[in-house]
Amino acid sequence: MLIFQCPYCGIDADETELSPGGEAHLKRFGPGASDEDFESYLFMRENPKGVHFERWRHSNGCGKWFHAARCTMTLEVFGTYSAQTFEPPQEIKDKISQKRPGWSWRNFS
Amino acid sequence: MFDASTTYVSLEQDTSLGMITLRADLASDKLKKAINEIGLGDLPAQRQIVSSSELSLGWMSPDELMLFCASQNVADIVQTIADHLAGEHSLVVDVSDARAHFVLKGAHIREVIAKLAPVDLDPTQFDVGELRRTRFGQIAAAFWFSDQTTAHIICFRSVAAYMHEQLIRAAASGSEMGIWSEA
Repeated sequence: MLIFQCPYCGIDADETELSPGGEAHLKRFGPGASDEDFESYLFMRENPKGVHFERWRHSNGCGKWFHAARCTMTLEVFGTYSAQTFEPPQEIKDKISQKRPGWSWRNFS
Repeated sequence: MFDASTTYVSLEQDTSLGMITLRADLASDKLKKAINEIGLGDLPAQRQIVSSSELSLGWMSPDELMLFCASQNVADIVQTIADHLAGEHSLVVDVSDARAHFVLKGAHIREVIAKLAPVDLDPTQFDVGELRRTRFGQIAAAFWFSDQTTAHIICFRSVAAYMHEQLIRAAASGSEMGIWSEA
């Protein structure tokens, strides 16, 4: 079972207290964007075996959205971080690099 | 149907508890003043609940508190706090009728809650003074202990019947596990 520490209330919440919110760091392109950009925002998703970034909501708890970095293969959790960010904090990236040298995910590495 | 008279902790639904939800910037001076005005000291820290003889104030999330008081005092307290917070981005709402409040009493309250919620109820992990939002079975709820043998559980009024039913089942006589009972 996945256990994430909610960065807002500090509780080690198991999966049953959380709701999944899909892939993290999606960018919605503004008015006048091309059809390709809109399609990629709507449909194009990563499906990695390994390092992955997701959004989760502490729905049966403080109710806040947050980000999580984990490994889809081993279910190892690298860390959780605030929802108010466009990319993973350096500290999380460093942790992943320590355990999965050479990792990359979309344009992060 | 199960009968509440056959449970090994006492269980009752209490309708006399007033609940006020308070959303604001918790670092705000105006909010601190308002809380002092109604007779409480410091705001609760993360996941804590502070109490005076008549009031309790629990931390619900980084921008939300829940105030518990006698139901006849709700209107006055809402008015007092709202007046203090005038001009600030905030919300003070009486939610007493939207919530249900259950009180469990007995030596075995920890294990009854542990049967329903994914929370470590060991006395070293959860104790008096803490408020935990979680789920009970399939519904969202929050609970705290006012002393070692009294637990308070709140949930939405719309699912109160489900909560009552599952508490009765979890506390059914004969299903004692005998852990944490001497705490």
